[in-house]
Amino acid sequence: MDLGIDRIINMLVQGVLLGGLYVLYGTGLSLIFGVMRLVNLAHGDFIVLSAYISLILAGFGVNPLISIVIVVPVMFVLGLPLQRFVLNRTLGKGIMPPLLITFGLSVIIQNALQLGFSADTQGLDAGALETASITITPSLSIGLMPLLTFVIAIAVLIGLQVFFRRTRLGRAFRATSDDPEAAEMMGINSRHVYALAMGLSLAIVAIAGILLGVRTNFAPALGPARLLLAFETVIIGGLGSIWGTLAGGIILGLAQTIGAQINPAYFQLSGHLVTLLVLVFRPTGLFAVTRDK
Amino acid sequence: MVARNKSTPIPIVNTMNREYRLIAFGVLAVVIIIALPQLGGTGLPRQLSDLFVFISIATMWNLLSGYAGMVSVGQQGWIGLGSYATIVIADDLGASLFVSVFLAGIFTALVSIPTSWVVFRLRAGYFAIGTWVVAEVFQLLVSSSTGWLGGGAGRSLASIRGFVRSTSPETFALTTYYVAAAIAVLSIIVVYSLMRSRVGLGLTAIRDSESGAASLGVNTTRLKLIAYVVAAGMTGIAGGIIAVMSINVRPDAAFSVQWTAFMIFITVIGGIGSIEGPIIGAVLFYFIRNQLSSYGEWSFIVLGVIAVVMMLVAPRGIWGLIQQRTHFEIFPIRRLMPRRLLMENTPSTGEAP
Repeated sequence: MDLGIDRIINMLVQGVLLGGLYVLYGTGLSLIFGVMRLVNLAHGDFIVLSAYISLILAGFGVNPLISIVIVVPVMFVLGLPLQRFVLNRTLGKGIMPPLLITFGLSVIIQNALQLGFSADTQGLDAGALETASITITPSLSIGLMPLLTFVIAIAVLIGLQVFFRRTRLGRAFRATSDDPEAAEMMGINSRHVYALAMGLSLAIVAIAGILLGVRTNFAPALGPARLLLAFETVIIGGLGSIWGTLAGGIILGLAQTIGAQINPAYFQLSGHLVTLLVLVFRPTGLFAVTRDK
Repeated sequence: MVARNKSTPIPIVNTMNREYRLIAFGVLAVVIIIALPQLGGTGLPRQLSDLFVFISIATMWNLLSGYAGMVSVGQQGWIGLGSYATIVIADDLGASLFVSVFLAGIFTALVSIPTSWVVFRLRAGYFAIGTWVVAEVFQLLVSSSTGWLGGGAGRSLASIRGFVRSTSPETFALTTYYVAAAIAVLSIIVVYSLMRSRVGLGLTAIRDSESGAASLGVNTTRLKLIAYVVAAGMTGIAGGIIAVMSINVRPDAAFSVQWTAFMIFITVIGGIGSIEGPIIGAVLFYFIRNQLSSYGEWSFIVLGVIAVVMMLVAPRGIWGLIQQRTHFEIFPIRRLMPRRLLMENTPSTGEAP
C-alpha cells in the first residue's frame, strides 16, 4: 500500500471533516442527557426521519440545503409534544420507562418510514454544491459539502455555548440540569424546559439528518447505527462537554477513516473499538463535565 | 413502626406455604409440554419451539432489566454469539448437536466477563447503548471472518444433517422441541432460584437504588456481574437452539436488534420484574405475531404502539394488573412477613402493612 504524505494528510482531513457530522449527531443526544438525564434510543431514527422530511420537500423542488429552514422548525415543534405528553410522564419513575418508550418509538419510526418509502436507499440531491471541491494541492482536495458540514457543526456548538452562557433561557436550562427542584423554586417550569430541550435536540437532529442525506444514501433501517455514532461521539468526548463532543466526533471520524484505510471492512469496527478503549482507560471520556447522578 | 420482640426475630422469607401453587404450576407445565406435540401435526413442535425461545430470552432480559435494573439493548449479541458458537462446537469440534447448544452458553457466559469490564463503566441509558455497541462489535467480527464463519452470507449448521440421517426428521423436530422447552424451564428455574437467594434480594435493592444498596453493604459489582453473566449464558443457549431451528445462521439475522425488541415487548406486555410476566408476555406475543405476520411493517408499528402505551398506562404489565386485583402469584419470591407474626405485631390502629 502506498502511503505517501499526501495520502496521509488527505486521510486525516477526510476523517476530521467526517467527524463534523458525528458532532451534529452527538450534540442532540448529549443536550437532553445533560438537561434531564434522558437517553433517547430513537435519536438515530429522528436523524433518518429528518432526511426523509427533506426528501418529501425535494419532491416539491426544494433544495435540501434550503429545506433546513423548514425541517428544523418542524422537528423542533415535534419535540415539544413528544416530551410534554409522553416522556415527561415517565420522569422520576426510574430509568426504565423513558428507555423502553424511546426504544418503542425507534421501532415505530423505522417501520413507518419503511411503510411510506420502502426499504430502498434514497439520497438528497443538493445540486452542484455536492460534488464541488476546493483543490489545495494536486493530490489534496477538500469536498465543499464535508467542509460545510464541519463549519455548520462548529457554528451549532458556538450557538449552544452562547445560548447556555448568555441567555436567560440558557441559564434556566443549566439551573434545571443542576437541580430541578431548586430551579422550580426560582420559578422555572422544569417540564417546559424539558420540552424545549427536546425541541432543541431534534432541531439539531434535523440539520444532521439533512447533511447525512446529502452526504450518503440513507434507508429507514439506518437509524440505530446513527444512534451508536452519536453515543460514541459523546462517550469519547465526555458527558456534558460541548467542546468534548467536538473532540469526540473528530476522534471517531479519524478512527473510522484510518481503520478503513487498513481494511475497508474495519470502517465501523475501528470506531467501536476506539470507543471501547476510551471506556476502559478513561471511562468519563476525555473532557467530562456532567456528573451522571 | 412495629415494635419487634427481640427474642423472636422476624424471618424475612417465609414462602413455604405459598409453594404448593408453584408445584401445581410445575406439574401442569410439564404435562402441557409433553401433551402439546401429540395434539397437532408435524409443524406444531417447530412452531412451539419459537414460543419456548421467546420465554427463555424474555426471562433473561427480565432478570437483567426488571430485577437488576440494567436495561440492555444488546442481548442479540449473545444470541448471535451462541448461534455461531453452536455451529463451531458441533461442526468443527465435533461435539454432539444438542450438547453443543449448552456448551455455547458456557462460551457466551465466559465472553461476557471481559465485556462487563467495558459496559459496567456506563450507567442507565448509556449502559443500554453500550451493550448495543458490544453486540455490533460481535456482529462485525463474525462478519469479517469470510472463510471460517462464512462472512455476511452466514454458515449452516451441518451437524443437523447427520442427526436427521441417523434418526428421522420427526425425531429431530421433537428433540428440538423438548430441548427448547427444557431451556425455557431452566431459564425460569435459574431466575427463580436467584431471586429466592440473597443474590436476588441484593439485585432488587440495586435496581431500586444502587447507591442505597451499596451503602447497606451490598456488593453491587459482584451481584450485577452475576446477573449479567447468567443472562449472557442463558441467552447464548437460546441462541444455540435458534441456530438449530434456523439451520442457516447469518450475522444480520442472528445479531439483529429485533431479538431484543421481542424481549422488551414480551416483558413489558407481560409484566416487568415478575417471573410470570415474561411467560404470559411470550404466549401473547406468540399469538399476536402469528396473527399480524401478514401485515409486514404494520405489525411492528402496532407492537411498538402497544408497548409504549403499556409502559405509560400500566408499567407493570398484564401480570401487574392481575396481581393488583387478586394478589395471586405463582412464583413466591416476594418477601412477606409470616401471617402469624403480622397478627402479633399489627398495631391496634388496625392498619395493615
